[in-house]
Parts: sequence; C-alpha cells; structure tokens
Amino acid sequence: MSDTEQRKTPAKVSPAGKVMRDGLWYNNPIFVQVLGICSTLAVTNNLRNTLIMVLGVTFATSMGSMTLSALRELIPRKVRMIVQVLVLSFYVIIIDIVLRAYQPAISKQLGPYVGLIITNCILMGRAEAFAASNPPGLAFLDGLANGLGYGWVLLVIAVIREFLGFGSLFGFKIVGNWFTPWTIMVMAPSAFFLLAIALWIANNYKAKAEAAKKVAPAPQKG
Amino acid sequence: MIDAPNVGLLSLFLASILTSNILLANFLGTCSFISISKDFKSSMGLGVAVTLVIGITAAVCWVVLYYIIEPLGIEYLSFIIFIIVIAGVVQMLEMIIDRFSPALYMALGIFLPLITVNCAVLGVILFMQIRKYNFPQAVVFGFGSGAGWWLAIMLLASIRRKLDANNAVPAGLKGTGITLITIGFMAMAFVGFSGMISVQ
Repeated sequence: MSDTEQRKTPAKVSPAGKVMRDGLWYNNPIFVQVLGICSTLAVTNNLRNTLIMVLGVTFATSMGSMTLSALRELIPRKVRMIVQVLVLSFYVIIIDIVLRAYQPAISKQLGPYVGLIITNCILMGRAEAFAASNPPGLAFLDGLANGLGYGWVLLVIAVIREFLGFGSLFGFKIVGNWFTPWTIMVMAPSAFFLLAIALWIANNYKAKAEAAKKVAPAPQKG
Repeated sequence: MIDAPNVGLLSLFLASILTSNILLANFLGTCSFISISKDFKSSMGLGVAVTLVIGITAAVCWVVLYYIIEPLGIEYLSFIIFIIVIAGVVQMLEMIIDRFSPALYMALGIFLPLITVNCAVLGVILFMQIRKYNFPQAVVFGFGSGAGWWLAIMLLASIRRKLDANNAVPAGLKGTGITLITIGFMAMAFVGFSGMISVQ
C-alpha cells in the first residue's frame, strides 16, 4: 500500500530493528495489510484460546519464514507455492500434535481453527514478500514481528470481547453479579465491529502523526 | 463405518447457507472477501468458483479421508493431504474449464489459483471431518457453504457499490474499516436466522 512507501524510517535504524518496527506498527499485518484475520478472529471471544492461536501463528510464521528463507536458493520457481504450503503445514501439524497431547480440552474447543493456520494469509504473505529474498535470521525476526504485531491487536479485541461478553478474563470472573453480560460480544458481529474500530483508531493516529510531520519544519538544518 | 449426525439434507443445506454461514458466523475466507468485494463482477466470478471448488473438494476429501487416510492410520498427515487435494482439484478444474468453456475460463481467470489458499475451502473440509458427516451430507454441506459464501460476497459487493460513492464516511474509516462494519451488520442480520435451524 502507498502508506508503506511514503513513510520515512529514521536512517540509523538497523535492519533487525526496522523489521521489528515494521511488523509491530508501521506495516502491521492487520492495520496496513488487513491479512490473516480469518483463522483467529473466530476465537477472540475467549482470551485463552486467542492467546494460544496467536502463539501458534507466531511460531508458524517465524519458523516457516526461517526455513523457507534457508531453502530459497534450492526451491525451483515453478513449484515455489506448493513447497511454501508444505513447509508451513509441517509447522502447523507440530502445533496441532502438541496441543492435542498436552491440552486436549483446548484443542477440542479450537476445532478446525488450528489447522486453518495453514491458510492464514500472513504466513504465505511473509514467505512470499520477505523470506523469498532475505537471509534466514532476518526472515525469522520478520515472521516473529509480524506474528506479534498481529497478536497484540487480536489480544486487545479478545480482552474487550471476553470482558464485556462474560465479565471475565482468562475464564476468571472479575466483576460481580450486578454486571449484565453483552450477548452480542460473544457472537460473530462484535468481532467485525471491534476490528473496524481498532482500524479506525489506528488510521486516525497515523493521519495525525503524518500531519504533524508535515507541519513541523525540518529541525537541524542550516 | 462412521456415525453421521442425524440431520436432514435440506436442513443441512439451508443451515450452511443461512444460520452457520461460513463467512458471517465462522469468519472463513475473509481476506479475499474484503479485497474482491470492491468489484461486483469479480465477486460474481469468485463466488461461482468458490462454490464449485468447495463442493468438489468436499466430496473428494471425504473419499480420501475415509478410504485412504483412516485405513492407513495417517491422520497426522491429514492437513498436508487435504491441501494437496485442494491444489490438485483446483488445477484440474482449471484445465477442464479451459478445455470446455474458454469464456468461463477467461471470466474466472486469476481467481481459480487464488482459491487454493482460501481458508473457506480448508475450513469446510475440517468441519466435515470433525462433525463426521457421511458422503451425501459432506457434498451438501460443501455446496451449501460455497453458496453461503457466494451470497455473502454478492450482498457485500452490492452494498459497497452504493457505499463507495458516498462521501459521508469519516476519512479514517474509509475502505476496509467501513467494509468491516458493513460485514458486522450483515452478520447481525444473519444471526437473526439462527432460531430456525441449527446443525452445530
């Protein structure tokens, strides 16, 4: 998007630092790219499930990016897509097996959504946009930053939804019986509304920051 | 062989379109939904393609699941196998359509390959596996979910045609933001159906 090209990062930032800042804010997978909301948005009415999904996505994105970046010289261009999907599903299968073995109840609740991490657009997007042309270490960081950048937005949404929908956080009740739960927060529509509001706040904040940058004259000159 | 849930085919079909719409209730396929719904014609093409692909892959994956994966005991590979089946079906569908109906092929164009990574396709297959549908139920559920997705994208594309011409939307909310809010209202409307039939 045009946002990304126009923004100016300070010249001194190291590549690793830039990658982290991009993933967490400037090029946040949710705010700028609006990617990958499919597999995780569905579980955001429960903070614990969201946390597990976010950790899963972060693990798969970072490890997948690293592996694909290490293999990038070896993969023929024609079969690149299918190799990417296979490598990514390898990591998702690990997540699924670990969850099934140690947290069978949660694995059951999450149902198909763990498997759906494979088709999360962030994974393929990062593999294609970053890992295909950068060294493994940096690709790992990029995957990590994007996973976390995606994760914090969803965790904020999950906190709001679980608090208003059940009056609890991580399943612990934190308000008394006087509180009337908002049924809408448990159901699907609220996730779309909250995501839209988050996007609105982020866009307004960015517009303000950009306007401030334009008004202020360049300081150390002459 | 499997203990399928006891739901009639017609109610399963209607339920997968209305009450548990794959997009509005289960959030699957949102990425391409938001980006493609800008354009009415493309939405039509993608809707047809998704319906076809989900219906066919649900049938093929059911056979693969109960005649190959289960007898061999390789459930841990099922994600990979499903993905390969989806990619294969999409590729074959592309070749068949190209051979028999070049006009449709041109219309579907780039959408077919994109479907391989559409979460709705894999989602339907995983739901089918978890809910233990039998073969007719799997096929009906597949086509029904595809039709539900198609209906949702057509509704959204029509709303967006009016919406994008309107300047009353605040600057920060333009584009994706207002689209998400529209989807939210559509989801609320579809929640209204949920008293009618339920399969989950």
